[in-house]
Amino acid sequence: MSATNTLLIEALSFAYGDKKALNNVSFAIRPGECMVLLGPNGAGKSTLFSLITRLYDTRQGRIELCGFDIKKHTRHALAKLGVVFQQTTLDMDLTVLQNLRYHTALHGLGRSVANQRIQQELERLNMYERRHEKVRQLNGGHRRRVEIARSLLHKPALLLLDEPTVGLDVPSRHALVEYVHQLVCEEQLSVLWASHLIDEIYPEDHVIVLHKGQIRAKGSVADVLALTQTSQIKDAFTKLTEAA
Amino acid sequence: MNILHYWRALWGIVWRELFRFVTQRERFISALVRPLVWLFVFAAGFRSALGLAISPPYETYILYEVYITPGLCGMIQLFNGMQSSLSMVYDREMGSMRVLMVCPLPRWFLLLSKLLAGVGVSVLQVYVFLAVAWFYDIKAPWLGYAYVLPALLLSGLMLGALGLLLSSFIKQLENFAGVMNFVIFPMFFMSTALYPLWKLQESSVFLHNLAQYNPFSQAVELIRFALYGQLNQHALYYTLVAFIVFMVSAIIGYTPSKGMMVKKGGPG
Repeated sequence: MSATNTLLIEALSFAYGDKKALNNVSFAIRPGECMVLLGPNGAGKSTLFSLITRLYDTRQGRIELCGFDIKKHTRHALAKLGVVFQQTTLDMDLTVLQNLRYHTALHGLGRSVANQRIQQELERLNMYERRHEKVRQLNGGHRRRVEIARSLLHKPALLLLDEPTVGLDVPSRHALVEYVHQLVCEEQLSVLWASHLIDEIYPEDHVIVLHKGQIRAKGSVADVLALTQTSQIKDAFTKLTEAA
Repeated sequence: MNILHYWRALWGIVWRELFRFVTQRERFISALVRPLVWLFVFAAGFRSALGLAISPPYETYILYEVYITPGLCGMIQLFNGMQSSLSMVYDREMGSMRVLMVCPLPRWFLLLSKLLAGVGVSVLQVYVFLAVAWFYDIKAPWLGYAYVLPALLLSGLMLGALGLLLSSFIKQLENFAGVMNFVIFPMFFMSTALYPLWKLQESSVFLHNLAQYNPFSQAVELIRFALYGQLNQHALYYTLVAFIVFMVSAIIGYTPSKGMMVKKGGPG
């Protein structure tokens, strides 16, 4: 069963000392599925991401990426993962191209393959013409585009997005949300998107509402609406996080 | 995961560090100014105050400037190691460290690559410093400049590994000032960089003992002897063991299951 899932999380719990950050979290993401992880600040979203990216150790529960246990087969699992962190993680003093080449080097891609993929990803995001510019000269939206391009260079099966639209203007936000959904549809990419912005959810998306380290609801948008007996996901979210 | 992958990643990390260093002119200049001020001002001032007896590896009386030159080479590497540590803490706070940590390579390899990149930069700085010192008439035998390379690599690795270890303990950039006060200054001043051990013993046996066991002293002695074409075996073994201890501890510090990051609390 797990081999058909891009991401499988089973009975995952995590605590910082006595403070429980995640409590018995389980869910799965299949290929071509966009899962939006909704939760207020302190819900446990960043902890979950740190566990999936192996920045933290999984002590209770299990995480599998494309069938690889993140704890036992860390490198195989991480090779399938693309990540866009909440903060910009590009090197400001390097050009767009240098940043992307650095990433391809870390993933062991040869020069010609790397150049080909960099061109392809940057062209898709209309950033190829700006490849020789320093990241410092780019605005927030363009930096995000470069980060999305970077996260896709090694052809991951799962893309983790940790509130990537924070600080972006409305057009940049919409463009980014649309682009990621396009990737999900056309390339069967799986996406786990942490957000607290309800308008970033598409009707065909799947949703997890995380609150105080526990899953309050999960399923398609329709499932969550039915569960909470609401007509809008915004109301469902409020109901689920206030009731706790 | 093949050898080529490791090589490409290593080259990528080293290239990035060197490129950043060379393009950041201010960093390059400030890294040189510190030891040069010590050489041109401090050493000149103390030349008459500090008498030095003939002691290995020197075969004759030497000027104080000549004595402290290997110590200043060590100083460059000590500060560079701490600078790398500072940049690791900064990268971790800014998030760019995460990019490195989530790539599909063993963590020990990533840390070692980062360390090698820092050592490359520090060796470059030392050679530029030695070139300036040469024009100031502080000259080692020609072969010494070649012999000193492996010594610089090992001392750089040891001090860089110490920096890595410290960065695994420091959670916030603000805490870094403590490293300056509690690590860099005591290490530097309680060493043979500025005065020979026997001079220290004359003043305080306790300080002499501390300086003797200070890994930085051993690194400085390794550099000093190598610069004159000699091998100080004791210093070599001591520096090597210190490097292994610091490196293994740093790797443990950055290991998800054992590291300090989780113990200090997560991102929320």
